[in-house]
Amino acid sequence: MSSDQSLTGCLDAPVLKERGQHEVFCGLTSIIWLHRKMQDAFFLVVGSRTCAHLLQSAAGVMVFAEPRFGTAILEETDLAGMADAQQELERTVEELLSRRTDIRRLFLVGSCPSEVIKLDLATAAEKLSEQYFPKVNVINYSGSGIETTFTQGEDACLEAVIRGLETSNEQQLVILGALPDIVHDQMLRLLEQLGLTNVFVLPQVRVEDEVSVGSNTHFICAQPFLGASFEEMVRRGAKPIYAPFPFGASGTTAWLKAICDIFRVSKETFEAVTDAPRRRAEIAIEKVSKILTDRSVFFFPDSQLEIPLARFLNQECGMKLIEVGSPYIHKQLVGPDLQLLPEGITISEGQDVDKQLDRVFDRMPDLVVCGLGLANPLEAKGLTTKWAIELVFSPIHFYEQAADLASLFARPINRSEKLKIGKVA
Amino acid sequence: MKLSVWTYEGPPHVGAIRVATGMEKVHLVLHAPQGDTYADLLFTMIERRNHRPPVTYTTFQARDLGSDTASLFKKACIEAYERFKPELLLVGASCTAELIQDDPGGLAETLGLPVPVVALELPSYQRKENFGADETFFQIVKTLSRPLERTSEITCNLIGPTALGFRHRDDVLEMTKLLNSMGITVNVCAPYGATPKDIELISQAHFNVLMYPETGEMACRYLERTYSQPFTKTVPIGVGAISDFVKEVSEIVEINTSDANTYSQLPWYSASVDSTYLTSKRVFIFGDGTHAMTAARIARDEIGFEVVGLGCFNREMARPMRKFAATFGLDALVSDDYLEVEKHIQAIAPELILGTQMERHIGKRLGIPCAVISAPVHVQDFPARYSPQMGPEGANVIFDTWVHPLVMGLEEHLLTMFREDFEFHDEAGPSHHAAHSPEKKNQPQVDEADEVSSENKIIWLTDAEKELKKIPFFVRGKARKNTEKYAENNGFSEISIETLYEAKAHYAR
Ligand code: SF4
Repeated sequence: MSSDQSLTGCLDAPVLKERGQHEVFCGLTSIIWLHRKMQDAFFLVVGSRTCAHLLQSAAGVMVFAEPRFGTAILEETDLAGMADAQQELERTVEELLSRRTDIRRLFLVGSCPSEVIKLDLATAAEKLSEQYFPKVNVINYSGSGIETTFTQGEDACLEAVIRGLETSNEQQLVILGALPDIVHDQMLRLLEQLGLTNVFVLPQVRVEDEVSVGSNTHFICAQPFLGASFEEMVRRGAKPIYAPFPFGASGTTAWLKAICDIFRVSKETFEAVTDAPRRRAEIAIEKVSKILTDRSVFFFPDSQLEIPLARFLNQECGMKLIEVGSPYIHKQLVGPDLQLLPEGITISEGQDVDKQLDRVFDRMPDLVVCGLGLANPLEAKGLTTKWAIELVFSPIHFYEQAADLASLFARPINRSEKLKIGKVA
Repeated sequence: MKLSVWTYEGPPHVGAIRVATGMEKVHLVLHAPQGDTYADLLFTMIERRNHRPPVTYTTFQARDLGSDTASLFKKACIEAYERFKPELLLVGASCTAELIQDDPGGLAETLGLPVPVVALELPSYQRKENFGADETFFQIVKTLSRPLERTSEITCNLIGPTALGFRHRDDVLEMTKLLNSMGITVNVCAPYGATPKDIELISQAHFNVLMYPETGEMACRYLERTYSQPFTKTVPIGVGAISDFVKEVSEIVEINTSDANTYSQLPWYSASVDSTYLTSKRVFIFGDGTHAMTAARIARDEIGFEVVGLGCFNREMARPMRKFAATFGLDALVSDDYLEVEKHIQAIAPELILGTQMERHIGKRLGIPCAVISAPVHVQDFPARYSPQMGPEGANVIFDTWVHPLVMGLEEHLLTMFREDFEFHDEAGPSHHAAHSPEKKNQPQVDEADEVSSENKIIWLTDAEKELKKIPFFVRGKARKNTEKYAENNGFSEISIETLYEAKAHYAR
């Protein structure tokens, strides 16, 4: 952290709030990674053909025999009378659970259509939970596009999971957020080396991995989009730990440091554990990020990872920030990262995609981080882009992935420099 | 309520977007929540379009419900018109907006925009993507077309190609070449590449070439009714179909078509010696109705395969498909349930699947080679090279594509001869395509044949099991099945080497 940076950075900077067309996924999309992470869970979306098509399109080539997600598609007959839809849902669940005996957790996921017709999934989940007790736990949440964007689906899911946790007064640390396996394991290794015991991660990989919550629980988010889960943890008496998110060398150090301060881990232990991997990460980042230094970057709102990633690119890779857009800014979570952003940049929340595109063409940044719908059209106009969705799927947290994270941004710029044939689409 | 895992078609509004994106100077305002904007990536990523689809989504949120979703819609229309200045505005609702009943058509009308506005009815809870495209294009034609004199020279319209269509880009070019060789020029190609002004001129062509009944039939029927413009019924995919098509055209416009350039390599490639290994290979065919039916004809009459299963996912085609399948002695499989299709394929254990990307995945799991013949599309279905399905070049492309996943003639013999060889051994899978070898590790694969034998309590003796392993893998599934069937029919409870070869003799062809 350079000392000449102002203390508040962008924490109190005005936020450009726009209300026009949004170009983001809805919360259902997070099922694509959640179902991989929660290995005994099935996600049953109660929705329309659109919802089914969205899941399929977002899953792309990941077509599995029978994935652990599916859509109960509402039909004309379900819309006619409400009683029917409830019964139909029970029938569908029965059909599903009889075929998939490996399912221990069933998430009934609400969508726009189910919300609009006020299909009561909470009551349905309660009823079904009783019916299938103790074999299957049925939980509901909404991933609808009228309430959630993209990663907020994981937040809503996790919030529902937290609501169902047992209460306990155990001294413990809970980490919130689904992480790729490799990152998950690295994180636990680091925390163990730091001498922390009683560490739990939510969402649990399997239902047997019991996690409880109470007033002696400290928790920290590993992902910045978990606002509702954060609040639910606080409601359950748990105490939040605030820190920048663990991206890059200094982000990871700050995140771990915040935990260690709470659990009174000695300075010596902290340095003994973190020094080597931190230095390793710094050297690796330096190699990869040469091509990024002094280049400008523009973030479209997508996953809420934008602010912490902008912090990383600016602070650790030397990139210049033009605009950092986020679908939603939860200041309690991203405050520590906002504080580290340089003044004078545009922070935007919500979206009017056409106006935002105007701003891109006005400034012509060296790199645009955006969704898949916008990437090729921008490339065709001579811009260089990084698809944001990859940042959600890839292992990018903590020390050992720091350079990989930098190279995700370096690669498109590198390609633009290599190609000597122009691009006419 | 219907439980669905993978779907063959999107909702009807995706069909509308395919039409709008295929055309020029058209804009669609879709009343829809933010998540529905995923549709854009189908076009920008799968088809690699260099522009955003011309669609404005109102992206209303929960807090707008009940209060001002209608004014949000009007605002979106006005802004879209101002920004994009289209010559034609389409308005419609996605599944969610259909439920809140804002009436986009009525709202748009009150705005008094200076361009024609077409209000689309897209029943999301009943119909699907193909219907949405068909209906949208029909409404556009109905709104914009007007009676005109026929052109002095012989012209036709190409009807049905859309954005995100399976090889539509190349089919358009190939059809244009074929028609030009017959002395016929294309008046309008639509929706693909057409502007609203082009649609106004549609009735001056002498006839319509209905390229894709799935997305263009309603418009063709309307044009026939309204302007007595006949349309072709044969889809020229395959050598036989091309010649029928040329004949059909010559009858419609009464021209001599002896100059038509219909030359394809397919007949000779099928007749050459190497292709005897293709003869009587058992194929399963599945796709949209049009592509599946044309493929079946090629498979049987132009390559000499044995068609052992045939079907389509679009119910609109159920009737012609059933009738057509009957001529093959088959019951058509009409289903949009991926799991049902998979079961069907497992049961008949074909040697080759001609299907969609879904069947490609099924084939991958079952270790059955597959060539893709139809939508739903995947990024691989938009190759950089010219690869139509229609016309003479289409027939060439089809021959190559279908044969590609199979073991080649000589290679097949080598496999039999050196079955224990390190290079040609079984696990190497068909041909050199890693993509086609079964995913043994990742998928705990229930061996369907094992299931059958355990159900019927027929036991394979160790020797027989070993012998079975010596049979090349690409016919082994069938050999196992046949032997078990033979054993069952003859009331055997065990299978010995003897039984294996008796069965082989019994089923010899
Ligand atoms: S935005 Fe709503 S209707 Fe669209 S896919 Fe998401 S949940 Fe389904």
